[in-house]
Amino acid sequence: MKTKNLTLYAIYTWLFLFGFIPLCLVFVASFLSRDATHLMTLPFTLAHYKALFSPLLGHVMLRSLMMALITTLACLVIAYPFSYFMARSQHKSLLLLFIIIPFWTSSLVRTYALVAILKFNGILNTLLINMHLITTPLPLLYSNFAVLSGLTYTLFPFMVLPLFSNMEHFDFKLFEAAEDLGANRLTLFFRVFLPNTKRGIVSGSLLVFLPAMTLFYIPNVLGGARSILIGNLIQNQFLVEENWPAGAATSIFLTVLLLLLLLMYRKPRGVKS
Amino acid sequence: MSDWIKKIYIGLVYTLLYFPIFVLMLYSFNQAQFSLQWHGFSTHWYHELFQDADLWLAFTHSLFLGTCASFIASFAGLVICIHLFLHSHRPNRTLQSTLLMLIILPDLVLGIALLIFFNLTSIPLGFFSLLIAHITFCLPFAIVAINSRIHNLDINLYYSALDLGATRSRAITHVLLPLLWPAVMSAFLLGFTLSFDDVIISYFVAGPGYNILPLTIYSLVRKGVTPELNALCSITFFLSMLLVVAAHRLSRKTSS
Repeated sequence: MKTKNLTLYAIYTWLFLFGFIPLCLVFVASFLSRDATHLMTLPFTLAHYKALFSPLLGHVMLRSLMMALITTLACLVIAYPFSYFMARSQHKSLLLLFIIIPFWTSSLVRTYALVAILKFNGILNTLLINMHLITTPLPLLYSNFAVLSGLTYTLFPFMVLPLFSNMEHFDFKLFEAAEDLGANRLTLFFRVFLPNTKRGIVSGSLLVFLPAMTLFYIPNVLGGARSILIGNLIQNQFLVEENWPAGAATSIFLTVLLLLLLLMYRKPRGVKS
Repeated sequence: MSDWIKKIYIGLVYTLLYFPIFVLMLYSFNQAQFSLQWHGFSTHWYHELFQDADLWLAFTHSLFLGTCASFIASFAGLVICIHLFLHSHRPNRTLQSTLLMLIILPDLVLGIALLIFFNLTSIPLGFFSLLIAHITFCLPFAIVAINSRIHNLDINLYYSALDLGATRSRAITHVLLPLLWPAVMSAFLLGFTLSFDDVIISYFVAGPGYNILPLTIYSLVRKGVTPELNALCSITFFLSMLLVVAAHRLSRKTSS
């Protein structure tokens, strides 16, 4: 019993030491000043937070939020009917497995796989030319379009899984009940199905929206010089500019954003039944 | 009619999801170096790959790191889950929120947090910094995976073992462990996949002395498409896929 308690305390200590303390350090670091030799030095300052709202960085922030939003919407629009079909299918577990595989496997490899498709002389351009839809290849790679398709492609399973698990528990007999009571198809969808799948939509959107801003390797591989996201900004601030306090401030901003979104999720506004 | 739409839609989404991977694997067998034209089947690039000593080293490093990190994380997860299952009658709020935080926190933030931590504590970046980071991000997933299964167990199995004269440790090792075994294995496999594929966190906490596969792939990917890289990515994808399928089967085994 004693050794087991010891292991238990070791695990708690581990989480505290390597989970909790480093996060506090980021918070502290974000208020420090930049120093060329020691990376961070003492006088506390709010300058890095102010810089986030300066035109230069504010622009990156806004575009990053926009990109994440478009990705979330694209994932939702594709995944919503898909999850519905999945939930009503007879081969649920097989279909689920093929969503789980991309969920767990390397998104870097899957991002790289997109390069061959989107390249200047890649498959998509060749296909479009052969179909006589275009005459010269489109510059698809290294554009915002490529980044958006990369993000949507990578994060799609993160939207499907919560939606599916939500819809799987939906009682489809409610449809019959509503129809018996005279509801038409639109009412059926907006008054019965949509409200019941709200939780799935919200958690799926969170799971897509948040990583969409931080997956820095997707813009690095697929995007052009201008398609920078918050993740790339943090990466640059840390490893290129070696401005750790600024990078820490950007990360704290991101984390606060995340917590706000989660709080909204925890406490849904108003009680509508 | 609507059945057809449904089938076409599902088929289309899966095609979009798997087509790039399929193309990647196909072209890893292409004889030509640069062209998208099909020049005949060849395993040339795989031979080339297996002769690259640096790559092999990175691969064995990743294998070792993933095994260590995931083994420790799933063992720790098992201990925590059994403890909570047997001894706590109300949910442990602090632990739960720490784990939730670690799961939803963007990898990037954890990566830089650990980088700052290692920098301040003068822990050199290399194998140990990677191991600490990988255990830390595998642990929450291991706990969640094992915990979701342990709640399907009937706690009375444990108490009946005690009534029949088993000691506590014997009841745990002979009654609970065999029942939880598939869940633990599944947590181990998923943890290994996570560790084996992680780019973001490793990017910050890896040192020059200990190269791992995902980072090697990342530096190659930025240079553009090559058939060797296609072969390397195909192998990585295939390996991860096998592990995920195995983990999926194991976790289904416990739930039924």
